[in-house]
Amino acid sequence: MTTDSQPLSIGLFGLFRSLLSRELSVAIRSPGQWLNPILFFIIVITLFPLGVGPGPNTLSIIAPGIIWVSALLSVMLSLQSLFYDDLHNGSLEQFVLSAQPLSVVVLAKVFAWWLLGGLPLLLVSPLLAILMHLPDSAIPVLMLSLLLGTLTLILVGAIGAALTATVGNGGGILMSLLVLPLTVPVLIFGSGAVQAAAMQMPVGGHLSLLVALLALALSLAPLATAAALRVAVSAG
Amino acid sequence: MFKWIHLFGSSPFVYRAASWLAPVFGFGAAVCILVGLYLGLVVAPADYEQGDSYRIIFVHVPSAWMSMFVYMVMATSSAVFLIWRMKLADIVAWASAPIGASFTLIALVSGAFWGKPMWGTYWIWDARLTSELLLLFIYLGYMALRSSIEQPQTAARAAAILAVVGVVNIPIIHFSVEWWNTLHQPATISKLDKPSMHISMLRPLLLMVAGFQLLYFHQLMVRVKTGILQREGRTAWVAELVANNRV
Repeated sequence: MTTDSQPLSIGLFGLFRSLLSRELSVAIRSPGQWLNPILFFIIVITLFPLGVGPGPNTLSIIAPGIIWVSALLSVMLSLQSLFYDDLHNGSLEQFVLSAQPLSVVVLAKVFAWWLLGGLPLLLVSPLLAILMHLPDSAIPVLMLSLLLGTLTLILVGAIGAALTATVGNGGGILMSLLVLPLTVPVLIFGSGAVQAAAMQMPVGGHLSLLVALLALALSLAPLATAAALRVAVSAG
Repeated sequence: MFKWIHLFGSSPFVYRAASWLAPVFGFGAAVCILVGLYLGLVVAPADYEQGDSYRIIFVHVPSAWMSMFVYMVMATSSAVFLIWRMKLADIVAWASAPIGASFTLIALVSGAFWGKPMWGTYWIWDARLTSELLLLFIYLGYMALRSSIEQPQTAARAAAILAVVGVVNIPIIHFSVEWWNTLHQPATISKLDKPSMHISMLRPLLLMVAGFQLLYFHQLMVRVKTGILQREGRTAWVAELVANNRV
């Protein structure tokens, strides 16, 4: 049994796991938070055939770009509240003060957010691919590119969410302004992979670059996010 | 060896130095730009292929160059501010952002006017044009973040983190855009390959580059002075300056 003077030692993995289950149980109690972005994703995509016309040929050409841009926007929209509640109910302060590295906390939150906001996009994407007349052969690549890409997007977006956590009104738009230019490479290689797959071309290059971007974001973004969170907390 | 560096922590010293340097840089910029414009617009011959419209490079190239140079200054001083908490470094980053954004905008607009006679269109999704446009967005995002956080200390640190994140991303953005472009339109209009430039055109170009560089330093000094006055408005030395009418 640990005494009060000794900090409870749960290790990094234990910390990650307990934070993950906390995030998931909080999110399950407010389904709007993670359901709305998915609905947004589906609705935005259905708007495009209405805007550009229902011709299957046109749709299948623009489908990779449309699906990817909509995924990007829906991730950005939902991410703004990533740290908002934690900052305002004081738990962020506790994370910063705790002896555990803040970047691991960030990583746990990002992963939980991906399970709620990224994974569902992935799961509904085949349906949308059919609606947009994307060739069936491209669907596995679409899902794989979304798997790799949404993780990177959330990691990069978390930096923006942390930087704008203290901004009250209009924080969402501001966050998108900051982060969207930085997400251009993910968009290029993500939709590029799907386009290549639709044209029966090799997709290895695109996917490798997506993995490289993910590796880079995974190693650097949590550090930048943690630094930004320290600034947000010190602002009070 | 580095004893002099503490001087840059002293606002009155920096203010005095900037007041002295601003007119020096301004004069240098005026001379370089006026001579460069004269040599470029009047003396240099018209281009064999492009006629007179090539002369826009005397504005376009220096401003494109400065758009990247200023971002590097901004990112470096932001890193210095984050690591050593040097107030001056933050002021330099704050002062540089709008100047850099203006250079980026000038590069884009002058590029568009050059593109019309050359390519027949104001805009193409060329890799360089696109990454310059994204650079403009990054500048604007930096300024938007700074202005929407009310507490100056928080705004300064958050903006500094963003500038450093941006500098890691800019090369990635640049190369991915280049790759994207080669995928989509393989060199239908290749970037105007620079024919080895004649000295009569190169000389004004280099003068204009130097002039724009000096112009940036001039603007930087003026804005650094403003930044210092804003931050130190309540101190005795500023009160003294105001009392003696020497601001």
